[in-house]
Order: sequence, then C-alpha cells, then structure tokens
Amino acid sequence: MTMTEPVIELSGVHRRFADGPAALRDVSMSVRAGEAVAILGPSGSGKSTMLNMIAGLDRPDSGTVTVAGVRVDTLGEAGAARYRRDKVGMIFQFFNLLDDLTVLDNVVLPAEMTGVGRAEARRRATGLLDVLGIARHARAYPGRLSGGERQRVAVARALMNRPPLLLADEPTGALDSESGAEVEALLRELHADGQSIVVVTHDESLAARCATRVVRIVDGRIASDTGVADAATPDGAGAVAR
Amino acid sequence: MSALGRVMRAGVRRRRVQTAVTGLAAMMAATASVLGGSLLVASNAPFDHAFAQQHGAHLAAQFDAAKATAEQLRATAHASGVSAAAGPYRTVTADPSGGPGLDLPAGMTMDPMKLVGRSDAGGPVDDVTLSAGHWVSGPGQVVVSADYSGPALGVGQRIDFPSASGGVTELMVVGVARSVSRTADGWVEPSDVSLLAAAKGADPGMQMLYRFASASTAAQLAADRDAVAAQAPAGSLSGTRSWLDVKNSSNSSTGLFVPFLTAFGLLGVLMSVLIVGNVVAGAVGSGTRRIGVLKALGFTPGQVVRAYMGQALIPAAAGTVLGALLGNLVAGQILSATEQVYGTTSLTVAPSVDVAVLVGTLLMVCVTALATALRAGRLRTVDALAVGRTPKAGRGRRAARITRALPLPRPVTLGLARPFARPARALAMVTAILFGAAAVTFAFGLGSSLQRIQDAKRTAADVTVLPSAPAQSGGPAARPGQVGGGAPGGSTPGGSTPGGASAGTGDSAAMARAIAAQPGTRAFFGSAQTQVTAAGTTGSVDVTAFVGDASWAGYQMVSGTWFHRPGEAVAPTPFLTATGTRVGDTVVVTDHGRAIPVKITGEVFVTGNQGMELLTDARTLASAEPNLKAQYFSVRLASGTDPSAYVRALDAALRPTGAVAQVGDGGGTSQLLILLDALTGLLTLMLVAVAGLGVLNAVVLDTRERVHDLGVVKALGLTPRQTVSMVLAQVVLVGVVGGAVGVPLGVALQRVVVPAMGDSAGLRLPSSVLDVYQAPALVLLGLGGLVIAVLGATGPAGWAARTRTAVALRTE
Repeated sequence: MTMTEPVIELSGVHRRFADGPAALRDVSMSVRAGEAVAILGPSGSGKSTMLNMIAGLDRPDSGTVTVAGVRVDTLGEAGAARYRRDKVGMIFQFFNLLDDLTVLDNVVLPAEMTGVGRAEARRRATGLLDVLGIARHARAYPGRLSGGERQRVAVARALMNRPPLLLADEPTGALDSESGAEVEALLRELHADGQSIVVVTHDESLAARCATRVVRIVDGRIASDTGVADAATPDGAGAVAR
Repeated sequence: MSALGRVMRAGVRRRRVQTAVTGLAAMMAATASVLGGSLLVASNAPFDHAFAQQHGAHLAAQFDAAKATAEQLRATAHASGVSAAAGPYRTVTADPSGGPGLDLPAGMTMDPMKLVGRSDAGGPVDDVTLSAGHWVSGPGQVVVSADYSGPALGVGQRIDFPSASGGVTELMVVGVARSVSRTADGWVEPSDVSLLAAAKGADPGMQMLYRFASASTAAQLAADRDAVAAQAPAGSLSGTRSWLDVKNSSNSSTGLFVPFLTAFGLLGVLMSVLIVGNVVAGAVGSGTRRIGVLKALGFTPGQVVRAYMGQALIPAAAGTVLGALLGNLVAGQILSATEQVYGTTSLTVAPSVDVAVLVGTLLMVCVTALATALRAGRLRTVDALAVGRTPKAGRGRRAARITRALPLPRPVTLGLARPFARPARALAMVTAILFGAAAVTFAFGLGSSLQRIQDAKRTAADVTVLPSAPAQSGGPAARPGQVGGGAPGGSTPGGSTPGGASAGTGDSAAMARAIAAQPGTRAFFGSAQTQVTAAGTTGSVDVTAFVGDASWAGYQMVSGTWFHRPGEAVAPTPFLTATGTRVGDTVVVTDHGRAIPVKITGEVFVTGNQGMELLTDARTLASAEPNLKAQYFSVRLASGTDPSAYVRALDAALRPTGAVAQVGDGGGTSQLLILLDALTGLLTLMLVAVAGLGVLNAVVLDTRERVHDLGVVKALGLTPRQTVSMVLAQVVLVGVVGGAVGVPLGVALQRVVVPAMGDSAGLRLPSSVLDVYQAPALVLLGLGGLVIAVLGATGPAGWAARTRTAVALRTE
C-alpha cells in the first residue's frame, strides 16, 4: 500500500444509541496509508464511537466504513472478527490484557487465533517484545508490570498480526507522565516505520506529538481536520465533514 | 424508599439473569424436594400409613351364613377388646367367565372374585378408597379392587357370572377402589349378593371387620379372635385373616421398592441443597465489587449483608413458592404411580413436606446468602472494589500453561484452563454433574436389573404347550404363572393365569409324544405342580416337578448348581431361610403324608409364592405321587426352525389332546415394570435437569464475570463460533470429571439399592441381575456427564457469542 491509497474511508456515517442524541452525524473522512491521525474531542463527542466503527466493533445506522479495502459496515460477527484479526491492531486505555495469561501468551494470542503455528507465533512475539524493550517480562503476568510496560505489551499484541492499521483508544490515559512519554515515543517510532495509526484522545499534546493530522469531533460532527501544525485551528483545512 | 430498599430493588431488577437463575434454582430445588420428600414419606412404612388412614381391619372374619344371623354377628361387635366393627356384610365368591372386550388368551380364565355387599365405602373400619369412578349406587354395578389378581378391569367394563341354571349375571364396573385390608375383590349392592349366590360355583357367606384395642402381636390377635368366636354362634366362624398377615404379604412385595424410591428421594433432596447453595453463593459472591462500591459510599457491613440477603431472598422466595406448587402438581402423578407400586391409597403430599420444603429452601438461601455476604462485607473496601479485576495470583496459571501446550485450537485451550481459575465454582459444577451422572447411571442399572428380574420369570423356551381346559374353582395349585416365577406361561399383563391343567388325565403322555414327534423339536420338558410341607415352614410349599431335563430352561442360580438327579432340588432364598438349610443340606418334605428327603444343590432365583418354592425332578416325589404328570411343556427348537410355523404344525398334532402351543413362554411385560420404568425415567429427568441448571448457573456467573475479557478476545478477532467453543470447552473437563466420578457412584448405588430391594423381599439376587453394566455402556454413561455439562453451558455460550464486543469492552 502506498502513501496515497486510503486505508480508511468513512462516508456519511450516522450512529444513534437508543433515545440519546446522535453519537455520529453524517461523518465522512478518509485516512491514507502511513498517516498518523489523532481524533480529538471532549467526552461524549463521538470519537470512541468512530473508533469502534473503524474497528468493526460497532456498525453505523447509515453510511459506509471501508478499511483496507474491506466494507466493515456490512460484515457479520464472524466476518468482523476475521477483519479485526487481519486488518487492525487495537490498544486500549486500560490495556485489556488477560491477567491469567503471561505476557508472551497475551501477545501470541491474535496469531494463534488466525492459525499461525505456535513456533512462528512465539518467534514473532519474542521479536516484538524485544523491539519494545519488554522481552525480560515475557514469562511474567501482566499484574506485575507497570502501566507503561503493560501498554507496551498491548502494543506488541496489537502488532502481532502485522495489521495495516493500528487503532489506539486513549493509549496514555491511564499512565503516569513517564510511562505516557514512553508510549508516545513508541507510537512515533511505529509511524516512522510506516505504520498507519489512528489515535483517539482528548490530550492535545499527545495528538500534537504523535499525529501528523488531527481530526476534531464535536457533538458527533467533524469540526476540523488539519495537519499537526494547524491542529489548534478548529476550522483548519482538510475536514470533509458534511 | 430507604437507600437500602433502593439498592435491594435495583439489585434484583438490574441483575436480571442472576435473579432469574436464583429464582429458577430455588424453584427446581423446591420441586425436587417436594417430590423427593414425598417419596421418602410415602416409602416410610407405606402399609402402616395406609392402614391408619383407612382404619384398616385388624381382623377380617368370614362367617357361615347358614349358622349365624346378621343380628348375632352384629352382637360380636361387643366382644371383649373390640374397639370398632363394621358389618355384617353379605359376601359371595363367584367365578367370572369374562366379559365383552376382555381378551383372555387361550387357556386363560379369570380368577374367582370375592364380592362383598356394601352400600357405603366408608365406615368405622375398612374405609375403602376409590381411585376411579364412583361407589355402587344400584343393582348390576360393581366396584372392583385395584388388587384383584385377575385382568385389569376399568370403569365401564362388564363382567359375566354364569349361573348354575345356565343364565348369566352381568355386572358393570362403576369404580375401582383399594382396601388396605384386602377385604374383597369387588363390592356390590347388598341385594346383588343374593343374585350372585346362584352363580356357578358360588360360595356365600357373611363378613365382619374388627378393630381391637390391642392387636400388635399375633398372640393378641389370637386372643381377640377367640373373643369374637366366643361371642358368635358356635361353628359359624369359617375363617379369619389378620392385618399382620396382610401386612407381611404387602411388605414382601412393596418392600422391594422402598430402597429404590428412597434412593431417588434422597438424591432429589441432596441435589436441591447443593444447587441452591451453589446458586445463592455464586450470585452474592459475584456482587462483591458492588458491595465494595456500596461500602465506599458509606453502607455499613450490616446494611450490605441485609441488602444482599434481600436480593437473594426475593427471587428465591418467589421461586420456592412456585416450585412447591409445581412439586405438588407433579407429585400427584408420581404418587399416583407410587400408590400402585405400594398398593396403598390416597398418597398425597404431606403438609409437613410442603412446610419443610418452604422453610428449608428459604433457610438454605438465608444461610448461604448470609455466609457469602458476611464474607464480602468483611472485605476491605479497596479489596472488594478490586475483586473481578485482579484475580488471585497464581490461580489456574499452571493449568493455563499446560493446556496451551495441547495441540488444540487456542480458544479451546483457553476454555479448558478456565475451571482452574475458579476451583470452587468448578467443584460445584463437578458435584452437580456428578449427581446427574450418578442418577442416570443408577437409573440405567436399576432399569436393567428390573428387566433381568422380569426376564428371570420367563424360561428360555421357544414354544410352550398349555392345556386348554378351564380352571377349576379352588382347584389344584396348577398356576404356572406363579410357580417359581420361572415357569413358563408367566403372569399375563392382567395378572390372570392359565387355568388348572387336566393333570393326570393321560393327555400329558399324548402331548409329550406329539411334541417329540414334531420336526424341529430340539429338547423339551414338562412341568407338574404340587404342594408339600417342609420342616420349619408354616403353610405349604409349591413344588415345580420337572419331567425331563429342565437344566436349559434358564433359571438364574444365586449359588450352587442345578439338580442332576431325582432326590435333588433347587430352592430360592426364602425357602432356605425358612427351613434353615444351606446349599448341600438335605431337607425333608412331606407329600401326601410321606416324608421325602431332598438334597438342595443350589439356590435359585424365583419369586412366586413369596419364595416358598422347590424345583425338582418329578421322580423325586414318585413315592408319594406316582401319577404326577406334566401339566405343560416347554420346548426348545432346533436352530433354523420357524417358531410360528412350528406352533401351527404342533397345534394340529395336539388337537386330539385339547392342548395349545404358543410361541415363547407367554409371559408378558409386567405392568409394575412399566410403571417403575416410567417412574425411573421421570425421576432421572428431574435430577438431570437440576444438574444441568447447576452447570447453567455456574457458567452464566463465570461468563458474565468474564464478559470484559470476552470483549478483549473478541476485539482481538475471536469469532462467534470460537467464542462458543471456548465457553463450551470450559465445561468439558468438568463434565468428564463429573461423569467419571458420577458413573462409579451410580454403579455403587445400584449395587447397594438393588440387593437391598432383594433383601426387603427376602431374596438374594443372582449376579446376572446385579452385573448389568458393560464397558461400552459405562463409557456412554460417563459421556452423559459431558452431555449434561454441554447442555448447561450452551445457553451462556450463545449469549457470549452474541454479546457485542464494544458493550463487552465497556463492561467491568
């Protein structure tokens, strides 16, 4: 995939939960391969809903969501599961590691579910843990690691199947400043290596440091879509909100 | 509403699944306990309870109508010791010939009926209980006894009584009733007794029924009988039957089933306690984090305990009441079947059972909820808040490492390791499945044993030849259906027996010649019936005397061997017990005044005449009964012979003798066996349902607790099918272990209960009756545990697969 091809394409996405106001209102947006996009917005603005749409965890009421050539909004449960395995890696604010598995077992899990051989999965996981600087914790359980280390494990797990897209939901939200800085640096390194990344956050500074593009969402609409240099400008160029 | 009330109400409303499971478990437990408790109560001295309920007669006295008037008999009610009396009732014993629609097999007739003229079922003594229809309200009607030994007679059936003059008196069955004192085979309008007295072979009389102040021993009853006899005209008392005789007779047959129903009753109650305890503990335990939140908000430990006891009690109380109602409804059916097994009447759910179940179940819920809530209430708030997010370190990790090394898909290995992370819950599941598997195994074994007992009542004969001559009233003891329980022509479904044979008429030799000459005959033997007395026994001993080699007949030996020569015999346990003999001993029997020593070579399993039987070669009795002839024949066919064609050809050859041939030994399937099979099936189904509910509850709790982790793995790409396989894999090991332990437990239960059933009837059972489990069957039964587990987990697995990933990820 080249830099010019869109890895994410949202078109007219609308989502409303029960009797509440619409979480997303007619959102259209595209992300090119290799971009690092930060989706910024206050609580309840719809940014996590947008991430869930891209991850195939939720489906829009109307509109289309295409990721890496896959129409995510039309997938059933099984199809969405396969899509998540192959196309996206996710990291969460609270890590979502399985506490009863070792670090290594957590990391190899996505590969094992796709049928990758055990030896190959372990080799790949060990390599990732090594690159991320947590290889020494491979046999430890997540409960014994610091927040930053746990998030690194989560990143390793997200990258295990070499997804074209990495999705991060408030990746530093539960971390102290030192650990947060470690994770930020890690995301920058990944992006520098060509990894497409979408980070959902309400942390302006994280967006500024990790993303090449910032999309602001307010009340379910894209309020601005700008390059990092313009991110502070709510009505910056690039927004495709309709 | 107070804060506590709001918390309680919200807990019940918002935790719908656990509320529903708690209510359902309490309901099932209450239903099972009502059934189990009722069976236990019904199995506790069933005769005594029925006797007390019906004001049974301590003494049923038969008087000669020609020697005493009704007035004179009424005066016997004032005899010394009499506390209550009923009668006199006019009686007549008559021979019914059959009736429209009564399809009696060839050679079969109905047993004589003792009919009593009673215009009222009730009274101070022998309060007869109707189980169908109504009491006689006019002439031409009869209420038949449910214990009548003849064919089953339902309401609407007509019965013909041929009269000596050639006419027929017809009675219509208007009701079916049971007298615990066995005072009659049927009850008619008093005016009908005179009519029936003209029937062929009729034997009229008068009946008085007495209760005495002291009648608990045979000696007391003898004194009571003498007092009555002294009050009545001399020589008018023609016969009596004491309640102790009836009780012994009843207990010898019903005793067989007491251990069976007691075992099922106990299983039901035990499982109920287990499931309710497990469900409530799980429901309260899973709310520990919420308890932490409440404590953080300022709730005292006492308030927390009250809130959670309330949350458990609200659905449990509703479930318990519903379950008790359901139990009473279902118990009606089961107790109705039990009535027939025990020969008792009006079995109902005792109020004490209902009260015990309601109080017991709620108490159980209270105690379990209290213990669990107290434990949670004592937790430090921060620890309670952390529960569910940080499981105890080390639990199940070794298992996880082991299972992940297995060459299985990862979702499966993840599931397999899960029980080790929650050992207490896994243990509760194992126990529930264990009980279910034990119940299924026990039921299978019991059914097989009962079937083999039934099979033991039939010979291995391919064809049986019976005389077609009708029975003679009060004739010889030629009742093949009851002889030794193993003779051919066993009891028909209705209980009627082949008629008495034309013994000693000379036809026997012609029958034997016809059978021997018939192509296809491989072997045959004849059977003759007679009665002897034996030292140490009261009453007569039935003897089946074989003409020819009967060793192939398939009689089941408990010990020793079949006899080989005249002078030897085999006998069942009650005979050996009564005569104080063992295999190898010689017992002296008296036949027609002649003492004959008989060597016992083996203990045989036969059940007729309450085990007072002897099976021997006809030549053993030759000195006393030189003309003893075979009354029926059992034939074994050469291989490849078509039995139907053989019977047709033999029938033609037998025509001059009047005998008829039939395929097999004529023994039908016992109604009691069908009843017990149905009872076993119903009780097993109930126990399996309770076991499945236990698994369902545990997996629901576990799945809901783990819903966040489930969201994580689904976010990583776990498909719905993989989710189902992961959740089902959680219970595989539990099911296998439960089955593996439950099956031996069920086998052990069968090995205890079935011999106990035999002991109750005074019988030792042959190993063939006990050894009913084959390896393939045991494996299948063991897999039954797995099936119970998978069935219980299927619902939660489906729920886990359907749960939206985003929702699961938001759940804590």
